[in-house]
Amino acid sequence: MVNRPDNPAPPPGGQPDPAAGFAVTEWLSDSGGSSDVVISSRVRLARNLAGHPFVHKATRDEREAVLQTCRDWILSTKISDRIMWVDLHESPAIERNLLVERHLISKQHAKGKPAPTAGTPVAAAEEPRGVAISIPDERLSIMVNEEDHLRVQMIRAGLALDTCLEAASAIDDKIEAGLDYAFSPKFGYLTACPTNVGTGMRMSVMLHLPALKITGDIDKVKRAATDMNLAVRGFFGEGSDAVGDLYQISNQTTLGKPEGAVLTDLQDAIIPEVVQYERVARRNLMSKRRVALEDQVYRALGCLRHARMIGADEAMQLLSLVRLGVVLGLIDEVNAKAASLLWLLVQPAHLQRVVGRELDQEHRRIERATLIRDRLRGT
Amino acid sequence: MKCDRCDNDATVHEVTVRNGVKVEKHLCEACAAGEGIAGASLGELLTKFMTQEAEVGAKPKQVHKPRVAACPGCGFTFDQFRQAGLLGCPACYKAFETLLTPLIERAHEGATQHAGKVPKRIAARAAGREEEAATEAALARAQIRERQERLKVLQRQLDEAVRGEQYELAARLRDQIRKVDITIIPKPKGVQERSEP
Ligand SMILES: [Zn+2]
Ligand SMILES: [Zn+2]
Repeated sequence: MVNRPDNPAPPPGGQPDPAAGFAVTEWLSDSGGSSDVVISSRVRLARNLAGHPFVHKATRDEREAVLQTCRDWILSTKISDRIMWVDLHESPAIERNLLVERHLISKQHAKGKPAPTAGTPVAAAEEPRGVAISIPDERLSIMVNEEDHLRVQMIRAGLALDTCLEAASAIDDKIEAGLDYAFSPKFGYLTACPTNVGTGMRMSVMLHLPALKITGDIDKVKRAATDMNLAVRGFFGEGSDAVGDLYQISNQTTLGKPEGAVLTDLQDAIIPEVVQYERVARRNLMSKRRVALEDQVYRALGCLRHARMIGADEAMQLLSLVRLGVVLGLIDEVNAKAASLLWLLVQPAHLQRVVGRELDQEHRRIERATLIRDRLRGT
Repeated sequence: MKCDRCDNDATVHEVTVRNGVKVEKHLCEACAAGEGIAGASLGELLTKFMTQEAEVGAKPKQVHKPRVAACPGCGFTFDQFRQAGLLGCPACYKAFETLLTPLIERAHEGATQHAGKVPKRIAARAAGREEEAATEAALARAQIRERQERLKVLQRQLDEAVRGEQYELAARLRDQIRKVDITIIPKPKGVQERSEP
């Protein structure tokens, strides 16, 4: 599609959601396998171009050259029916934050401050970097000049690591047809950080685990995951708290084990076990602590329906309980999709986009409460 | 002086006094890296190694700069890598292989050899089909360039048609552009205008 000034492009997103006046990202669509527990699946491949310094060591000109090369190839090689490219160094902060909240770029990529490196001049904040995103589905995003030259990411709703891996690998092949990757037979795909070397692949699943949180068994899951060399993180990845009872589980090691083996471990063994654990915990709450559970769920709904000011974290936590109530059939006038979508819409950049203007902290709290009340109105 | 554990020169010398007994260690850089980091989480493990922080209950540690040449690809030294936590370029892996290997081994549950996907071009090269792979890539690139050129011309004509208010022509050109099998990025709201490459 050709962009004309009289034909303004839609904001990044899938089908417009008329109620929000805003597009819905697909991975939050509450569909796919085990969607009562699994929110989304994601596969990310780290790749670098042969013969170029890694991003943090590269001069501005070298970064610009890599960006140009990657952008030209990505945009012309028919990687997806429609691709949107965003030059992040030229786009306003709110746009970048929108992409972070939609999990299409990392926080680091939005900020653009590379890790300071000794012997390299401290880089300006706005170093050349970008992202390609498949639209309208937003399943694919390719970050250019993040920590590695290229980071190819596929994200899908529900438990779908296999589909993500297959798609990401196909995109990887298309990119490689035109660009020379840095690769060594011994260490595999060479990455800026040696912790990603090998397959360069990070597989992660975002899980909604409210019942395990209530019963306290979540700590056992975390310990077990750590023992299996898996990382457990929050909604926004590294260093983020598990707000909204959302946890991301991902592989830590990338060398010595083929992609398919990592996939089988996670998708066929580990994740189904966690899912089962959460389901059992939910059933137990229903049979043994029903009134207490109902109390929590209905209080959460009541609070969301009547609050006049609310912060993002509090909203996420209450929405988690509402979603649990919906999935368990305790609440029938709200659907799970609406609850999970609100997880996204209550985030600052989305909220401001929905409202259509910049808001200070206090007004965000007010508008957030209004948006939630509107969307969770009883019938 | 040789390393206590291998045949490399010892560059790290450590003297600890434990319960009144003096313990001396003379290690090479690689073996020293392996000391005192077992059992730490991956994140800790790396930062610890890279910043050379002593472990809890810090022991006096005297570190001599390793005599490892800088990477011929980018000029990065191993010390710089340790400060940055990131390597300078792909060639660093070769240049620092001996020092890196034990670190990589620890970060990846003991693995030091890649298993899994291999880039098609490299697989073809290994199978002696290098030319075939190179030709394919060159062809693909040529095709893309051609389409890009064609598109640029059409776009220019379209701009002129619009400027000249020749709307019928503009509509035809727009159709043609759509037919050229290439995607032009729509400009999302708020993303600044930039010229197409
Ligand atoms: Zn040694
Ligand atoms: Zn180097």
